[in-house]
Amino acid sequence: MTGLLEILGLGASAELLSLSGWGGNLLRGLANSLQIAFGAFGLGLVIGLFGAYGKLYGGKVTRDLLAIYTTVIRAVPELVLILILYYVGSDIINQISEAMGGGRVEINGVAAGIWVLGVVQGAYATEVLRGAIQAVPTGQIEAAKSYGMPAIMIMRRVTIPAMMSFAVPGLANLWLIATKDTALLAVVGFNELTLETRQAASSTRAYFTFFLAAGFLYLMVTLCSGAVFARIEKWARRGQPSLKEGSA
Amino acid sequence: MISLKELAQPHRIVMMVLFALFVLWCAISLRWDWIPKYAPLALEGLWTTIWILAVSTFLGFLLAIPLGLTQAIGPWYLSVPARTFCTIIRGTPLLLQIWLLYYGLGSLFPQFPWIRSSELWPYLRQAWPYAVTALTLSYAGYEGEVMRGAFSSVAKGQLEAAKSFGMPRFTMFRRIWLPQAIGNVLPTLGGETILQLKATPLVATITVVEIYSVSSRVRSDTFIVYEPLLLLALVYMVIAGLIGLAFKRFENRLPDRS
Repeated sequence: MTGLLEILGLGASAELLSLSGWGGNLLRGLANSLQIAFGAFGLGLVIGLFGAYGKLYGGKVTRDLLAIYTTVIRAVPELVLILILYYVGSDIINQISEAMGGGRVEINGVAAGIWVLGVVQGAYATEVLRGAIQAVPTGQIEAAKSYGMPAIMIMRRVTIPAMMSFAVPGLANLWLIATKDTALLAVVGFNELTLETRQAASSTRAYFTFFLAAGFLYLMVTLCSGAVFARIEKWARRGQPSLKEGSA
Repeated sequence: MISLKELAQPHRIVMMVLFALFVLWCAISLRWDWIPKYAPLALEGLWTTIWILAVSTFLGFLLAIPLGLTQAIGPWYLSVPARTFCTIIRGTPLLLQIWLLYYGLGSLFPQFPWIRSSELWPYLRQAWPYAVTALTLSYAGYEGEVMRGAFSSVAKGQLEAAKSFGMPRFTMFRRIWLPQAIGNVLPTLGGETILQLKATPLVATITVVEIYSVSSRVRSDTFIVYEPLLLLALVYMVIAGLIGLAFKRFENRLPDRS
């Protein structure tokens, strides 16, 4: 194995990327990135579900407030939002802690990243889920209502299972955006994959090796998630007529 | 667009009054005394943002046309590289791409004496060529995918009619295929252009002085945190709104075929 790498002239790169060298740092960064992406995606889904229901069934004020939320979040660059939400979040936490008699709190990077990206994801998830809920035939929801099902049970048994097949492609896109947006946290100094890569690259001067390796890691995450979401979509569509055969 | 009558509902009037009070509170109790000092720099930054956005979308779109076309109808030796390019661009963060170009190429170029002595060297030593290249490639990658769908969605009959009139292939492409493909995806293109606007602040990380980096400088010089960021968010919202309006006008100029 090492002989082969030497012949290809990649011996130096392999040494740099070995797990005991900088490779370990890169993988730790990847783990951090994925942790934040999972958390932010989850938080975004929760916000999105409430947001979608609020937009569809909420009162006038709720609807207008949600419209402002989704419009503003989608018009302002993520980087700017990350900074604003980061400062707002840390200010609020510090004020609470000071009011309770404590000192300044050091904010956990993972929690901050999840909070910041989750709020951003929530706006996009709201739109995706709203569209998906609207695509569920109203007859199904009316049938459930006429059986006297409570609202929560309708949501759990009818709306969510029926909207899954419409929502999964949009959610898959959101998940990919979440994994790539974690890179933006590098700008606020959080040690995720992109920042680890830059540190490794600038201390060894092997820029191409490390940036290409990180790109490969991100690409693997993307491709694997693509495969996973394809399976989820297939599962969500079970029992529905296939679109390819054109039968209806 | 929202009509005046819809705006005049009681709860909306209350919300607008509250918003006006919030703006007033911002204007009075927040610090804005830094604005006169930084205004010239901010205008310069705004201009940089806009021209980087315009140049990279224009060049990116020109690249996206062949990328989309080869994926839609090209032979495998053209479509496979095009698809690979789009997958790689869409599968990795833009920040990583920008840093790869700037730090990677930027550290590689000086090793070659013939590049250092070439006439391009004064440009290659600056940051903006890397920023424009990275943004252009990114836009091309995303748009290539959009254009692939657009080219394959143009009705076959249109192309057959053009062919039966004996139209040369290039004329057919220029007059029938391309305009219809672009017309079909104009709303998507508008959305993608706003996404591109939101990607421009990333070039601040490689020392390009655009509007985002001006706000960062205000923050680090004066320790004023929220005011520059709020103003910056407002600037981006205005630009995004203008892009949205421009695309709406393009769309309205197209004949309605529904």
